[in-house]
Amino acid sequence: MPSEFLIGLIFLPLLGACLAVLPWRWSIRLGVFGGLASLPALLAALTLAVIRDGAWYYTLGGWTAPLGIRLFVDPLALLMLWMVAIIGGVAAAHAWHDFRPGTPAGARFWPLWLLLTAAMNALFLSADLFNLYVCLELVTLAAIPLIAMAGTATAIRAAMRYLLLALLASLVYLLGVALLYNATGTLDLYLMTDGLAASGGPATSLAFALIAAGLLLKGAVFPLHVWLPNAHASAPGPVSAVLSALVVKTAIYLIYRIWLWTLPAEDPMQGAVELFAVLGAAALIYGGILALLQERLKLVIAYSTVAQLGYLLLVLPLASVTAWQAASYQLLSHGLAKAAMFLAAANILHAVGSDRLADLERLDQRTPLSLFALALAGVSIMGLPPSGGFLAKWLLLEAAWREGRWLLLAALVLGSLLAAAYVFRILAAGLRREDPTEAEDAEGTSPIGRRQAAYALLLAVLALVAGFGAAPILDIVDAGIPAGWSAP
Amino acid sequence: MSATATIYLLTAAAVFGIGVYGLLQARQILRQLLAINLMGGATFLLLITLGGGADGPPDPVPQAMVLTGIVIAVSATAFALALLVKLQDATGSSDLDPPDAE
Repeated sequence: MPSEFLIGLIFLPLLGACLAVLPWRWSIRLGVFGGLASLPALLAALTLAVIRDGAWYYTLGGWTAPLGIRLFVDPLALLMLWMVAIIGGVAAAHAWHDFRPGTPAGARFWPLWLLLTAAMNALFLSADLFNLYVCLELVTLAAIPLIAMAGTATAIRAAMRYLLLALLASLVYLLGVALLYNATGTLDLYLMTDGLAASGGPATSLAFALIAAGLLLKGAVFPLHVWLPNAHASAPGPVSAVLSALVVKTAIYLIYRIWLWTLPAEDPMQGAVELFAVLGAAALIYGGILALLQERLKLVIAYSTVAQLGYLLLVLPLASVTAWQAASYQLLSHGLAKAAMFLAAANILHAVGSDRLADLERLDQRTPLSLFALALAGVSIMGLPPSGGFLAKWLLLEAAWREGRWLLLAALVLGSLLAAAYVFRILAAGLRREDPTEAEDAEGTSPIGRRQAAYALLLAVLALVAGFGAAPILDIVDAGIPAGWSAP
Repeated sequence: MSATATIYLLTAAAVFGIGVYGLLQARQILRQLLAINLMGGATFLLLITLGGGADGPPDPVPQAMVLTGIVIAVSATAFALALLVKLQDATGSSDLDPPDAE
């Protein structure tokens, strides 16, 4: 029975996308509700099944590997799927008012949104390197038109740059996959390990280097992040939220999968995790500094994404239970907090008409709820207790301390200081009083404004609650720890 | 590995390299798209050659991969061209980095 749920996670949003292409208002409504609202129910059933029986494989169409394509669900995949369902769901609710069915914008928006959801779900479940290539391309081809939908010259230019680099990244990844298939005779992520242990050599090392390069480019890891800030900052608000919270994480997720599950422990390419950590530390500091220098709110948040992705790579060489918990927690809390920030920024942009920090004075009167959401999410991004971000960063510090990685430790502390600086800079800009006149509360007066602010606030509160509601989630995610990490 | 296969592999490597060079060096988006398509072609050539089966029938899996890859390359190129038209409409330029960005 849970196998049908597994398929449903991919096919219901896909079916919804097909419905949403049709010209009628009811078909778009049905597609969106059927494709998105069904996901939490499916996931709940799936989560219970994973808690009961552990991770399991599903062979599509009964074709067994190596010829067939397998789906694989484990706690890490579940975590990502829940994030797609919840963050994607709230962002979709936020987008509902700006992209109403029946309007031309709505007709263009929802099929792409549902396709993006289906593609991300398929990516997190897939156990096949080539199928993953197809999913990566689908995610890209669904995400980029959503950016271009903003319609401004900056948005279209950012979308074009993203597209060219994403296509380059996919091809480099595909080249690596071709070499790996030649060396091992399989494309299955989990069956490949034995073949790699037997036939490791310069060809497979080159293959993994190519795959890493492709994924680092897709994941906007410093110094390959150039496309990210403009693309994420110029997209419509809910799209920015999903791009920063979920889409870039698909590439990071694949790095985790391939380096922690597929690659044998004694393979020389395991050394790449040190490179990942260095890039992560550099991203943390560089992204933090650039976030401090930006003049526009959405660009600050976008550069903050570049920085926060650094934590996810920093974890890789630490290889311990604590590090694993830190990684899963950072995935979750950054996703929630960053989506909340982008939704709040969209509300502010809508109410104020500009997101230049210089224009954002008296936000506590003009958009009080959104400013509050921004501050709450900022608490998690900075890593102040009791937020989810605090837990992630604390666990990470502990893991680095135990391994005696002092440089990583220093980078972590510096990164958090920079995060505090840029979050406080946003808040300071929003609380300025330049002239003493009272501004009206743009959010309180319109029901749509109130509701959109509430969605941002909901995600920010979830990011905060993640800090003290952590234990049950940690328990489930701990069960999915990669083999090499559980040893003391 | 047969001599023909070696020639094909070297060709694939060369074409991929030309594609990467073209992508990095070209200013116009259309040229960059062509460069990406060259890289795709090189990857497909490599896949087919490696699956050629020196002793025995050729392996069908790489051929299926190439078929899928071609479909993806065509749709990605079509989308990129459509986006390029939009960019031209919005900015009056078909370059990614015009002198007056913003």
